[in-house]
Amino acid sequence: MINTWIVATIVAAVAGVVGFFVVIRGSAFAAHALPLGTFPGAAGASLLGLNPLFGLLVFSGLGVIGISQLGRRGRQEVATALTLVTLLGLGALFLSMSTEYSQATYALLFGEVLGVSSSDLTPVAAISAFSIVLTALLFRPLLLTSVSPELGEARGVPAARMELLFLTIVALATAMALPVVGTLLVFSLMVGPASAARALTDRPLGAMLLSAAISLVVVWLAIAFSFVSNWPIGFFVGSLSALAYGGGRVWRACSVRR
Amino acid sequence: MIRVTSLLSILFEPGFFTSEPVRTAVVIGGGAAIVSGVVGVFTVIRGQSFAGHALADVSSAGGAASFLLGINPLLGFLIMGVIGASSMELVRVDRARERDLVTGVVLGAGLGLTALLLFLDVTSSSTTGAAVTVMFGSMFAIPVSIIPLAEGVGFGAVLMVALLYRPLLLSSVDPDLAAVRGVPVRLVGLLHLIVLALAVALSAITVGAILSTALLIGPAAIALQIAKRPGWAVLLAAEIGVAATWGGILVAYDSYSWTGGHGWPVSFCVVTLIFLAYLVAGWPGRGRARRTPRIDSRRVQRAA
Repeated sequence: MINTWIVATIVAAVAGVVGFFVVIRGSAFAAHALPLGTFPGAAGASLLGLNPLFGLLVFSGLGVIGISQLGRRGRQEVATALTLVTLLGLGALFLSMSTEYSQATYALLFGEVLGVSSSDLTPVAAISAFSIVLTALLFRPLLLTSVSPELGEARGVPAARMELLFLTIVALATAMALPVVGTLLVFSLMVGPASAARALTDRPLGAMLLSAAISLVVVWLAIAFSFVSNWPIGFFVGSLSALAYGGGRVWRACSVRR
Repeated sequence: MIRVTSLLSILFEPGFFTSEPVRTAVVIGGGAAIVSGVVGVFTVIRGQSFAGHALADVSSAGGAASFLLGINPLLGFLIMGVIGASSMELVRVDRARERDLVTGVVLGAGLGLTALLLFLDVTSSSTTGAAVTVMFGSMFAIPVSIIPLAEGVGFGAVLMVALLYRPLLLSSVDPDLAAVRGVPVRLVGLLHLIVLALAVALSAITVGAILSTALLIGPAAIALQIAKRPGWAVLLAAEIGVAATWGGILVAYDSYSWTGGHGWPVSFCVVTLIFLAYLVAGWPGRGRARRTPRIDSRRVQRAA
Protein backbone atom coordinates (compact mmCIF):
# COMPACT_ATOMS: atom_id res chain seq x y z
CA MET A 1 0.00 0.00 0.00
CA ILE A 2 2.82 2.37 0.83
CA ASN A 3 4.22 1.68 -2.63
CA THR A 4 1.03 2.95 -4.17
CA TRP A 5 1.25 6.20 -2.24
CA ILE A 6 4.86 6.74 -3.25
CA VAL A 7 4.32 5.98 -6.92
CA ALA A 8 1.14 8.01 -7.01
CA THR A 9 2.92 10.99 -5.50
CA ILE A 10 5.68 10.83 -8.08
CA VAL A 11 3.21 10.29 -10.90
CA ALA A 12 0.98 13.15 -9.83
CA ALA A 13 3.87 15.56 -9.53
CA VAL A 14 5.08 14.76 -13.03
CA ALA A 15 1.56 14.86 -14.42
CA GLY A 16 1.04 18.29 -12.92
CA VAL A 17 4.30 19.63 -14.33
CA VAL A 18 3.80 18.19 -17.80
CA GLY A 19 0.10 18.99 -17.68
CA PHE A 20 0.88 22.68 -17.50
CA PHE A 21 2.35 22.48 -20.99
CA VAL A 22 -0.41 20.19 -22.19
CA VAL A 23 -2.92 22.85 -21.25
CA ILE A 24 -1.14 25.84 -22.76
CA ARG A 25 -0.30 23.93 -25.93
CA GLY A 26 -3.82 22.64 -26.28
CA SER A 27 -2.58 19.06 -26.52
CA ALA A 28 -5.32 17.42 -24.51
CA PHE A 29 -6.05 14.95 -27.31
CA ALA A 30 -2.43 13.84 -27.56
CA ALA A 31 -2.28 13.51 -23.77
CA HIS A 32 -5.27 11.16 -23.99
CA ALA A 33 -4.19 9.31 -27.10
CA LEU A 34 -0.59 8.54 -26.12
CA PRO A 35 -1.27 6.54 -22.97
CA LEU A 36 -4.33 4.88 -24.45
CA GLY A 37 -2.28 3.81 -27.45
CA THR A 38 0.19 2.04 -25.19
CA PHE A 39 -2.47 -0.36 -23.94
CA PRO A 40 -2.07 -2.75 -26.89
CA GLY A 41 1.65 -2.82 -26.18
CA ALA A 42 1.13 -4.43 -22.83
CA ALA A 43 -1.24 -6.99 -24.35
CA GLY A 44 1.14 -7.74 -27.18
CA ALA A 45 4.12 -8.06 -24.87
CA SER A 46 2.43 -10.57 -22.62
CA LEU A 47 1.35 -12.55 -25.68
CA LEU A 48 5.01 -12.85 -26.57
CA GLY A 49 5.95 -13.56 -22.98
CA LEU A 50 7.85 -10.29 -22.59
CA ASN A 51 7.72 -7.75 -19.80
CA PRO A 52 4.58 -5.62 -20.38
CA LEU A 53 6.54 -2.46 -19.59
CA PHE A 54 8.63 -3.11 -22.67
CA GLY A 55 5.51 -3.34 -24.80
CA LEU A 56 4.17 -0.15 -23.24
CA LEU A 57 7.31 1.77 -24.13
CA VAL A 58 7.40 0.44 -27.69
CA PHE A 59 3.80 1.40 -28.39
CA SER A 60 4.37 4.69 -26.63
CA GLY A 61 7.16 5.36 -29.11
CA LEU A 62 4.95 4.30 -32.01
CA GLY A 63 2.34 6.75 -30.81
CA VAL A 64 4.83 9.62 -30.67
CA ILE A 65 6.13 8.79 -34.14
CA GLY A 66 2.64 8.40 -35.57
CA ILE A 67 1.31 11.65 -34.18
CA SER A 68 4.32 13.74 -35.13
CA GLN A 69 4.92 12.24 -38.57
CA LEU A 70 1.33 12.08 -39.72
CA GLY A 71 0.79 15.49 -38.16
CA ARG A 72 3.26 17.00 -40.58
CA ARG A 73 1.21 15.96 -43.58
CA GLY A 74 -2.19 17.00 -42.41
CA ARG A 75 -4.17 18.21 -39.46
CA GLN A 76 -2.60 17.48 -36.12
CA GLU A 77 -5.74 16.15 -34.54
CA VAL A 78 -6.60 13.90 -37.48
CA ALA A 79 -3.12 12.44 -37.11
CA THR A 80 -3.68 11.91 -33.40
CA ALA A 81 -7.05 10.25 -33.99
CA LEU A 82 -5.81 7.89 -36.71
CA THR A 83 -2.64 6.94 -34.84
CA LEU A 84 -4.74 6.17 -31.79
CA VAL A 85 -7.27 4.00 -33.57
CA THR A 86 -4.65 2.08 -35.50
CA LEU A 87 -2.81 1.21 -32.31
CA LEU A 88 -6.09 0.27 -30.66
CA GLY A 89 -6.97 -1.88 -33.65
CA LEU A 90 -3.80 -3.81 -32.97
CA GLY A 91 -4.96 -4.00 -29.38
CA ALA A 92 -8.19 -5.63 -30.50
CA LEU A 93 -6.16 -8.13 -32.48
CA PHE A 94 -3.90 -9.02 -29.55
CA LEU A 95 -6.86 -9.33 -27.21
CA SER A 96 -8.54 -11.74 -29.58
CA MET A 97 -5.48 -13.95 -29.51
CA SER A 98 -5.38 -14.41 -25.77
CA THR A 99 -8.30 -15.98 -24.03
CA GLU A 100 -8.10 -14.77 -20.46
CA TYR A 101 -7.26 -11.12 -20.40
CA SER A 102 -10.42 -9.44 -19.23
CA GLN A 103 -9.43 -8.73 -15.67
CA ALA A 104 -6.01 -7.52 -16.69
CA THR A 105 -7.61 -5.36 -19.38
CA TYR A 106 -9.77 -3.66 -16.82
CA ALA A 107 -6.82 -2.93 -14.53
CA LEU A 108 -4.74 -1.64 -17.40
CA LEU A 109 -7.47 0.65 -18.67
CA PHE A 110 -8.77 2.00 -15.39
CA GLY A 111 -5.96 1.45 -12.92
CA GLU A 112 -5.68 -0.49 -9.74
CA VAL A 113 -4.83 0.91 -6.40
CA LEU A 114 -2.99 -2.14 -5.17
CA GLY A 115 -1.29 -2.93 -8.45
CA VAL A 116 2.10 -1.49 -7.61
CA SER A 117 4.96 -3.63 -6.37
CA SER A 118 8.20 -2.41 -4.85
CA SER A 119 10.15 -3.47 -7.93
CA ASP A 120 8.17 -0.90 -9.90
CA LEU A 121 9.49 1.94 -7.76
CA THR A 122 12.94 2.31 -9.27
CA PRO A 123 11.97 2.49 -12.94
CA VAL A 124 9.09 4.84 -12.14
CA ALA A 125 11.31 7.13 -10.09
CA ALA A 126 14.00 7.07 -12.76
CA ILE A 127 11.70 7.85 -15.68
CA SER A 128 9.94 10.54 -13.64
CA ALA A 129 13.19 12.22 -12.70
CA PHE A 130 14.21 12.10 -16.34
CA SER A 131 10.93 13.66 -17.45
CA ILE A 132 11.19 16.46 -14.93
CA VAL A 133 14.82 17.20 -15.76
CA LEU A 134 13.96 17.27 -19.46
CA THR A 135 11.05 19.61 -18.83
CA ALA A 136 13.21 21.88 -16.69
CA LEU A 137 15.92 22.04 -19.35
CA LEU A 138 13.41 22.76 -22.09
CA PHE A 139 11.27 25.11 -20.02
CA ARG A 140 12.12 28.32 -21.83
CA PRO A 141 12.02 27.11 -25.46
CA LEU A 142 8.96 24.99 -24.73
CA LEU A 143 7.16 27.94 -23.21
CA LEU A 144 8.17 30.13 -26.12
CA THR A 145 6.97 27.77 -28.84
CA SER A 146 3.78 27.06 -26.93
CA VAL A 147 2.81 30.70 -26.67
CA SER A 148 4.12 31.89 -30.00
CA PRO A 149 5.50 29.39 -32.52
CA GLU A 150 6.39 32.10 -35.01
CA LEU A 151 8.49 33.97 -32.49
CA GLY A 152 10.12 30.70 -31.58
CA GLU A 153 11.06 30.04 -35.19
CA ALA A 154 12.43 33.57 -35.47
CA ARG A 155 14.59 32.92 -32.43
CA GLY A 156 15.93 29.70 -33.87
CA VAL A 157 13.79 27.24 -31.93
CA PRO A 158 12.20 24.85 -34.44
CA ALA A 159 8.58 24.23 -33.55
CA ALA A 160 8.50 20.75 -35.06
CA ARG A 161 11.37 19.52 -32.94
CA MET A 162 9.87 21.02 -29.81
CA GLU A 163 6.63 19.25 -30.59
CA LEU A 164 8.44 15.94 -30.93
CA LEU A 165 10.30 16.45 -27.66
CA PHE A 166 7.12 17.53 -25.93
CA LEU A 167 5.24 14.46 -27.14
CA THR A 168 8.09 12.29 -25.90
CA ILE A 169 7.90 13.88 -22.47
CA VAL A 170 4.15 13.30 -22.38
CA ALA A 171 4.63 9.70 -23.48
CA LEU A 172 7.16 9.05 -20.71
CA ALA A 173 5.12 10.81 -18.07
CA THR A 174 1.98 8.90 -18.91
CA ALA A 175 3.64 5.52 -19.34
CA MET A 176 4.65 5.52 -15.71
CA ALA A 177 1.27 6.45 -14.37
CA LEU A 178 -0.40 3.47 -15.96
CA PRO A 179 -0.11 0.89 -13.17
CA VAL A 180 -1.89 3.13 -10.69
CA VAL A 181 -4.24 5.26 -12.70
CA GLY A 182 -4.74 3.29 -15.88
CA THR A 183 -4.38 4.31 -19.51
CA LEU A 184 -7.77 5.89 -19.78
CA LEU A 185 -7.44 8.29 -16.91
CA VAL A 186 -3.86 9.37 -16.63
CA PHE A 187 -4.56 12.23 -18.96
CA SER A 188 -7.19 13.53 -16.54
CA LEU A 189 -4.41 14.30 -14.12
CA MET A 190 -2.78 16.39 -16.79
CA VAL A 191 -5.80 18.36 -17.86
CA GLY A 192 -7.97 19.11 -14.84
CA PRO A 193 -5.45 20.25 -12.23
CA ALA A 194 -3.36 22.19 -14.76
CA SER A 195 -6.44 24.03 -16.04
CA ALA A 196 -7.36 24.93 -12.50
CA ALA A 197 -3.83 26.17 -11.83
CA ARG A 198 -3.92 28.30 -14.97
CA ALA A 199 -7.15 29.85 -13.83
CA LEU A 200 -5.63 30.75 -10.50
CA THR A 201 -2.38 32.32 -11.65
CA ASP A 202 -0.85 33.75 -14.80
CA ARG A 203 2.78 33.22 -13.90
CA PRO A 204 4.16 30.20 -15.79
CA LEU A 205 6.39 28.77 -13.06
CA GLY A 206 3.77 29.38 -10.42
CA ALA A 207 1.09 27.72 -12.51
CA MET A 208 3.30 24.70 -13.10
CA LEU A 209 4.01 24.19 -9.41
CA LEU A 210 0.41 24.81 -8.46
CA SER A 211 -0.65 22.32 -11.10
CA ALA A 212 1.60 19.68 -9.51
CA ALA A 213 0.18 20.49 -6.09
CA ILE A 214 -3.44 20.19 -7.19
CA SER A 215 -2.61 16.99 -9.02
CA LEU A 216 -1.13 15.56 -5.82
CA VAL A 217 -4.24 16.40 -3.87
CA VAL A 218 -6.44 14.80 -6.53
CA VAL A 219 -4.46 11.58 -6.54
CA TRP A 220 -4.22 11.28 -2.76
CA LEU A 221 -7.94 11.79 -2.39
CA ALA A 222 -8.59 9.33 -5.19
CA ILE A 223 -6.48 6.64 -3.55
CA ALA A 224 -8.10 7.23 -0.20
CA PHE A 225 -11.64 7.13 -1.56
CA SER A 226 -10.87 4.11 -3.71
CA PHE A 227 -9.36 2.22 -0.82
CA VAL A 228 -12.31 2.94 1.42
CA SER A 229 -15.11 2.33 -1.05
CA ASN A 230 -13.44 -0.32 -3.18
CA TRP A 231 -14.60 1.57 -6.22
CA PRO A 232 -12.07 1.94 -9.04
CA ILE A 233 -9.51 4.69 -8.58
CA GLY A 234 -10.09 5.92 -12.13
CA PHE A 235 -13.59 7.01 -11.22
CA PHE A 236 -12.31 9.32 -8.51
CA VAL A 237 -9.48 10.66 -10.64
CA GLY A 238 -11.90 11.55 -13.43
CA SER A 239 -14.47 13.15 -11.17
CA LEU A 240 -12.01 15.05 -8.98
CA SER A 241 -10.15 16.38 -12.02
CA ALA A 242 -13.45 17.59 -13.43
CA LEU A 243 -14.21 19.25 -10.11
CA ALA A 244 -10.79 20.90 -10.12
CA TYR A 245 -11.44 22.23 -13.60
CA GLY A 246 -14.88 23.44 -12.59
CA GLY A 247 -13.45 25.11 -9.52
CA GLY A 248 -10.94 26.94 -11.66
CA ARG A 249 -13.65 28.18 -14.01
CA VAL A 250 -15.80 29.38 -11.15
CA TRP A 251 -12.85 31.19 -9.60
CA ARG A 252 -12.06 32.86 -12.89
CA ALA A 253 -15.64 33.94 -13.38
CA CYS A 254 -15.80 35.37 -9.87
CA SER A 255 -12.51 37.23 -10.09
CA VAL A 256 -13.48 38.79 -13.41
CA ARG A 257 -16.63 40.12 -11.88
CA ARG A 258 -14.86 41.75 -8.99
CA MET B 1 -6.81 -18.34 -67.28
CA ILE B 2 -8.51 -18.03 -63.94
CA ARG B 3 -12.22 -18.49 -64.00
CA VAL B 4 -14.26 -15.80 -62.32
CA THR B 5 -16.05 -18.29 -60.10
CA SER B 6 -12.87 -19.75 -58.69
CA LEU B 7 -11.50 -16.25 -58.14
CA LEU B 8 -14.65 -15.33 -56.26
CA SER B 9 -14.44 -18.46 -54.19
CA ILE B 10 -10.93 -17.51 -53.14
CA LEU B 11 -12.04 -14.03 -52.07
CA PHE B 12 -15.25 -15.02 -50.39
CA GLU B 13 -14.96 -17.95 -48.05
CA PRO B 14 -17.88 -20.37 -48.20
CA GLY B 15 -20.93 -19.29 -46.31
CA PHE B 16 -20.15 -15.57 -46.50
CA PHE B 17 -23.31 -14.57 -48.31
CA THR B 18 -25.62 -16.81 -46.36
CA SER B 19 -24.30 -16.15 -42.87
CA GLU B 20 -26.76 -14.26 -40.68
CA PRO B 21 -24.19 -12.43 -38.57
CA VAL B 22 -22.40 -11.31 -41.72
CA ARG B 23 -25.61 -9.90 -43.15
CA THR B 24 -26.34 -7.99 -39.99
CA ALA B 25 -22.78 -6.70 -39.89
CA VAL B 26 -22.95 -5.58 -43.52
CA VAL B 27 -26.22 -3.74 -43.03
CA ILE B 28 -25.45 -2.10 -39.69
CA GLY B 29 -21.79 -1.56 -40.39
CA GLY B 30 -22.55 -0.05 -43.76
CA GLY B 31 -25.15 2.24 -42.25
CA ALA B 32 -22.78 3.32 -39.49
CA ALA B 33 -20.07 3.99 -42.07
CA ILE B 34 -22.36 6.21 -44.15
CA VAL B 35 -23.58 8.22 -41.17
CA SER B 36 -20.08 8.56 -39.71
CA GLY B 37 -18.58 9.54 -43.03
CA VAL B 38 -21.19 12.21 -43.70
CA VAL B 39 -21.02 13.74 -40.23
CA GLY B 40 -17.27 13.26 -40.02
CA VAL B 41 -16.57 15.64 -42.88
CA PHE B 42 -17.99 18.50 -40.84
CA THR B 43 -16.28 17.29 -37.70
CA VAL B 44 -12.89 17.33 -39.40
CA ILE B 45 -13.48 20.73 -41.01
CA ARG B 46 -14.51 22.14 -37.63
CA GLY B 47 -11.43 20.64 -36.03
CA GLN B 48 -13.46 18.67 -33.53
CA SER B 49 -11.85 15.26 -33.96
CA PHE B 50 -11.15 15.09 -30.25
CA ALA B 51 -14.82 15.69 -29.47
CA GLY B 52 -15.75 12.91 -31.88
CA HIS B 53 -13.45 10.47 -30.14
CA ALA B 54 -14.40 11.72 -26.69
CA LEU B 55 -18.11 11.19 -27.35
CA ALA B 56 -17.43 7.58 -28.30
CA ASP B 57 -15.67 6.97 -25.00
CA VAL B 58 -18.27 8.89 -23.01
CA SER B 59 -21.18 7.03 -24.57
CA SER B 60 -19.51 3.77 -23.58
CA ALA B 61 -20.54 4.74 -20.07
CA GLY B 62 -24.06 4.44 -21.39
CA GLY B 63 -23.22 1.04 -22.77
CA ALA B 64 -21.91 -0.09 -19.40
CA ALA B 65 -25.01 1.32 -17.72
CA SER B 66 -27.26 -0.56 -20.11
CA PHE B 67 -25.70 -3.82 -18.97
CA LEU B 68 -26.62 -2.91 -15.41
CA LEU B 69 -30.11 -1.67 -16.18
CA GLY B 70 -30.86 -4.31 -18.75
CA ILE B 71 -31.92 -1.84 -21.42
CA ASN B 72 -31.11 -1.83 -25.11
CA PRO B 73 -27.40 -0.97 -25.35
CA LEU B 74 -27.97 1.34 -28.31
CA LEU B 75 -30.32 3.43 -26.17
CA GLY B 76 -27.73 3.59 -23.42
CA PHE B 77 -25.08 4.77 -25.86
CA LEU B 78 -27.42 7.37 -27.41
CA ILE B 79 -28.56 8.89 -24.15
CA MET B 80 -25.09 9.09 -22.70
CA GLY B 81 -23.76 10.52 -25.96
CA VAL B 82 -26.31 13.30 -25.97
CA ILE B 83 -25.57 14.08 -22.32
CA GLY B 84 -21.88 14.25 -23.14
CA ALA B 85 -22.43 16.46 -26.18
CA SER B 86 -24.60 18.84 -24.20
CA SER B 87 -22.04 19.09 -21.40
CA MET B 88 -19.31 19.91 -23.87
CA GLU B 89 -21.29 22.57 -25.65
CA LEU B 90 -23.00 24.21 -22.75
CA VAL B 91 -19.76 25.18 -21.01
CA ARG B 92 -18.87 28.55 -22.47
CA VAL B 93 -15.53 28.64 -24.21
CA ASP B 94 -13.69 31.72 -25.32
CA ARG B 95 -10.85 30.18 -27.23
CA ALA B 96 -10.47 27.12 -29.39
CA ARG B 97 -7.89 25.60 -27.04
CA GLU B 98 -10.30 25.90 -24.16
CA ARG B 99 -12.77 23.80 -26.14
CA ASP B 100 -10.38 20.85 -26.26
CA LEU B 101 -9.82 21.19 -22.52
CA VAL B 102 -13.54 21.04 -21.84
CA THR B 103 -13.74 18.00 -24.09
CA GLY B 104 -10.88 16.43 -22.14
CA VAL B 105 -12.47 17.13 -18.79
CA VAL B 106 -15.86 15.76 -19.85
CA LEU B 107 -14.09 12.75 -21.30
CA GLY B 108 -12.22 12.15 -18.06
CA ALA B 109 -15.40 12.35 -16.03
CA GLY B 110 -17.24 10.10 -18.47
CA LEU B 111 -14.48 7.50 -18.45
CA GLY B 112 -14.40 7.59 -14.69
CA LEU B 113 -18.10 6.85 -14.75
CA THR B 114 -17.50 4.01 -17.19
CA ALA B 115 -14.90 2.60 -14.81
CA LEU B 116 -17.40 2.63 -12.00
CA LEU B 117 -20.25 1.15 -14.02
CA LEU B 118 -18.11 -1.64 -15.43
CA PHE B 119 -16.90 -2.38 -11.92
CA LEU B 120 -20.49 -2.61 -10.73
CA ASP B 121 -21.34 -4.75 -13.76
CA VAL B 122 -18.68 -7.24 -12.84
CA THR B 123 -19.53 -7.41 -9.19
CA SER B 124 -23.27 -7.48 -9.63
CA SER B 125 -23.76 -9.84 -12.52
CA SER B 126 -20.36 -11.37 -13.12
CA THR B 127 -20.29 -10.48 -16.82
CA THR B 128 -16.66 -11.00 -17.56
CA GLY B 129 -15.42 -9.39 -20.70
CA ALA B 130 -17.83 -6.52 -20.29
CA ALA B 131 -14.95 -4.07 -20.57
CA VAL B 132 -13.83 -5.58 -23.84
CA THR B 133 -17.31 -5.83 -25.32
CA VAL B 134 -18.23 -2.26 -24.51
CA MET B 135 -14.93 -0.87 -25.68
CA PHE B 136 -14.26 -2.93 -28.76
CA GLY B 137 -17.67 -4.11 -29.84
CA SER B 138 -18.25 -7.23 -31.79
CA MET B 139 -19.74 -6.74 -35.21
CA PHE B 140 -20.52 -10.37 -35.66
CA ALA B 141 -22.52 -10.47 -32.48
CA ILE B 142 -25.05 -7.71 -33.02
CA PRO B 143 -28.56 -8.83 -32.08
CA VAL B 144 -30.92 -8.52 -35.04
CA SER B 145 -33.42 -6.72 -32.82
CA ILE B 146 -31.23 -3.61 -32.86
CA ILE B 147 -31.57 -3.09 -36.60
CA PRO B 148 -34.83 -1.10 -36.74
CA LEU B 149 -33.75 1.39 -34.08
CA ALA B 150 -30.27 1.69 -35.54
CA GLU B 151 -31.54 2.35 -39.02
CA GLY B 152 -33.93 4.94 -37.62
CA VAL B 153 -31.19 6.74 -35.75
CA GLY B 154 -28.90 6.65 -38.77
CA PHE B 155 -31.57 7.99 -41.06
CA GLY B 156 -32.42 10.73 -38.57
CA ALA B 157 -28.80 11.81 -38.30
CA VAL B 158 -28.31 12.02 -42.08
CA LEU B 159 -31.60 13.87 -42.39
CA MET B 160 -30.47 16.44 -39.84
CA VAL B 161 -27.22 16.97 -41.72
CA ALA B 162 -29.17 17.44 -44.95
CA LEU B 163 -31.46 19.99 -43.33
CA LEU B 164 -28.59 21.84 -41.72
CA TYR B 165 -26.26 21.54 -44.69
CA ARG B 166 -25.84 25.17 -45.74
CA PRO B 167 -25.59 26.84 -42.33
CA LEU B 168 -23.50 23.99 -40.99
CA LEU B 169 -21.03 24.17 -43.83
CA LEU B 170 -20.70 27.92 -43.70
CA SER B 171 -20.30 28.09 -39.93
CA SER B 172 -17.76 25.28 -40.05
CA VAL B 173 -15.56 26.81 -42.70
CA ASP B 174 -15.94 30.46 -41.74
CA PRO B 175 -17.75 31.09 -38.45
CA ASP B 176 -17.32 34.86 -38.54
CA LEU B 177 -18.84 35.15 -41.99
CA ALA B 178 -21.65 32.86 -40.92
CA ALA B 179 -22.39 35.02 -37.90
CA VAL B 180 -22.45 38.12 -40.10
CA ARG B 181 -24.91 36.38 -42.39
CA GLY B 182 -27.24 35.67 -39.53
CA VAL B 183 -26.46 32.00 -38.98
CA PRO B 184 -26.99 31.06 -35.30
CA VAL B 185 -23.48 29.71 -34.99
CA ARG B 186 -23.75 28.43 -31.43
CA LEU B 187 -27.02 26.66 -32.06
CA VAL B 188 -25.66 25.06 -35.21
CA GLY B 189 -22.61 24.00 -33.20
CA LEU B 190 -24.79 22.35 -30.58
CA LEU B 191 -26.86 20.59 -33.24
CA HIS B 192 -23.72 19.36 -34.96
CA LEU B 193 -22.46 17.96 -31.68
CA ILE B 194 -25.75 16.16 -31.07
CA VAL B 195 -25.78 14.68 -34.56
CA LEU B 196 -22.19 13.69 -33.91
CA ALA B 197 -23.27 11.96 -30.70
CA LEU B 198 -25.92 10.01 -32.63
CA ALA B 199 -23.46 9.00 -35.34
CA VAL B 200 -20.90 7.98 -32.75
CA ALA B 201 -23.40 5.91 -30.72
CA LEU B 202 -24.40 4.06 -33.85
CA SER B 203 -20.87 3.20 -34.87
CA ALA B 204 -19.77 2.56 -31.29
CA ILE B 205 -22.22 -0.28 -31.01
CA THR B 206 -20.89 -1.90 -34.16
CA VAL B 207 -17.12 -1.44 -34.18
CA GLY B 208 -16.93 -0.46 -30.55
CA ALA B 209 -16.67 2.80 -28.64
CA ILE B 210 -12.97 3.32 -29.04
CA LEU B 211 -12.78 2.37 -32.67
CA SER B 212 -15.79 4.31 -33.93
CA THR B 213 -13.42 7.27 -34.20
CA ALA B 214 -11.80 5.55 -37.16
CA LEU B 215 -15.01 5.57 -39.20
CA LEU B 216 -15.72 9.14 -38.22
CA ILE B 217 -12.36 10.72 -38.93
CA GLY B 218 -10.57 8.45 -41.39
CA PRO B 219 -12.84 8.43 -44.47
CA ALA B 220 -13.62 12.12 -43.95
CA ALA B 221 -9.96 13.07 -43.75
CA ILE B 222 -9.17 11.02 -46.84
CA ALA B 223 -12.09 12.55 -48.74
CA LEU B 224 -11.08 16.07 -47.78
CA GLN B 225 -7.60 15.43 -49.13
CA ILE B 226 -9.04 14.38 -52.48
CA ALA B 227 -12.23 16.28 -53.10
CA LYS B 228 -12.45 19.92 -54.09
CA ARG B 229 -16.10 20.55 -53.39
CA PRO B 230 -17.68 19.92 -49.99
CA GLY B 231 -20.57 17.99 -51.51
CA TRP B 232 -18.16 15.58 -53.18
CA ALA B 233 -16.24 15.19 -49.95
CA VAL B 234 -19.38 14.11 -48.13
CA LEU B 235 -20.28 11.52 -50.77
CA LEU B 236 -16.72 10.30 -51.02
CA ALA B 237 -16.38 9.95 -47.27
CA ALA B 238 -19.49 7.81 -47.12
CA GLU B 239 -18.24 5.61 -49.97
CA ILE B 240 -14.79 5.17 -48.47
CA GLY B 241 -16.32 4.32 -45.13
CA VAL B 242 -18.59 1.68 -46.61
CA ALA B 243 -15.77 0.22 -48.68
CA ALA B 244 -13.49 -0.04 -45.65
CA THR B 245 -16.25 -1.56 -43.52
CA TRP B 246 -17.36 -4.17 -46.03
CA GLY B 247 -13.75 -4.91 -46.91
CA GLY B 248 -12.96 -5.34 -43.24
CA ILE B 249 -15.92 -7.67 -42.74
CA LEU B 250 -14.77 -9.76 -45.67
CA VAL B 251 -11.19 -10.01 -44.43
CA ALA B 252 -12.37 -10.83 -40.92
CA TYR B 253 -14.67 -13.56 -42.18
CA ASP B 254 -12.02 -15.03 -44.44
CA SER B 255 -9.47 -14.88 -41.66
CA TYR B 256 -11.28 -17.65 -39.78
CA SER B 257 -9.83 -20.08 -42.27
CA TRP B 258 -6.23 -19.03 -41.99
CA THR B 259 -6.10 -18.43 -38.24
CA GLY B 260 -7.34 -21.83 -37.25
CA GLY B 261 -10.82 -20.92 -36.13
CA HIS B 262 -10.93 -17.78 -34.03
CA GLY B 263 -10.29 -15.21 -36.75
CA TRP B 264 -9.19 -11.62 -36.69
CA PRO B 265 -11.54 -9.10 -35.12
CA VAL B 266 -13.58 -7.07 -37.58
CA SER B 267 -12.61 -3.83 -35.89
CA PHE B 268 -8.92 -4.52 -36.46
CA CYS B 269 -9.50 -5.26 -40.14
CA VAL B 270 -11.60 -2.16 -40.76
CA VAL B 271 -9.26 0.19 -38.92
CA THR B 272 -6.19 -1.16 -40.69
CA LEU B 273 -7.84 -0.66 -44.07
CA ILE B 274 -8.72 2.93 -43.20
CA PHE B 275 -5.22 3.66 -41.95
CA LEU B 276 -3.63 2.22 -45.08
CA ALA B 277 -6.02 4.20 -47.26
CA TYR B 278 -5.09 7.39 -45.40
CA LEU B 279 -1.40 6.74 -45.93
CA VAL B 280 -1.91 6.04 -49.62
CA ALA B 281 -4.16 9.05 -50.15
CA GLY B 282 -1.69 11.36 -48.50
CA TRP B 283 1.33 9.95 -50.28
CA PRO B 284 1.47 12.37 -53.22
CA GLY B 285 1.44 15.20 -50.71
CA ARG B 286 4.70 14.19 -49.05
CA GLY B 287 6.97 17.11 -48.40
CA ARG B 288 4.14 19.50 -48.88
CA ALA B 289 2.40 20.02 -45.58
CA ARG B 290 -1.21 20.59 -46.36
CA ARG B 291 -2.72 21.79 -43.14
CA THR B 292 -5.84 23.38 -44.52
CA PRO B 293 -8.45 21.36 -46.37
CA ARG B 294 -9.02 21.99 -50.02
CA ILE B 295 -12.37 23.52 -49.22
CA ASP B 296 -11.99 27.23 -48.68
CA SER B 297 -14.51 29.81 -47.66
CA ARG B 298 -14.80 31.49 -51.04
CA ARG B 299 -16.02 28.29 -52.63
CA VAL B 300 -18.46 27.79 -49.83
CA GLN B 301 -19.69 31.38 -50.07
CA ARG B 302 -20.55 30.90 -53.70
CA ALA B 303 -22.48 27.78 -52.81
CA ALA B 304 -24.26 29.26 -49.82
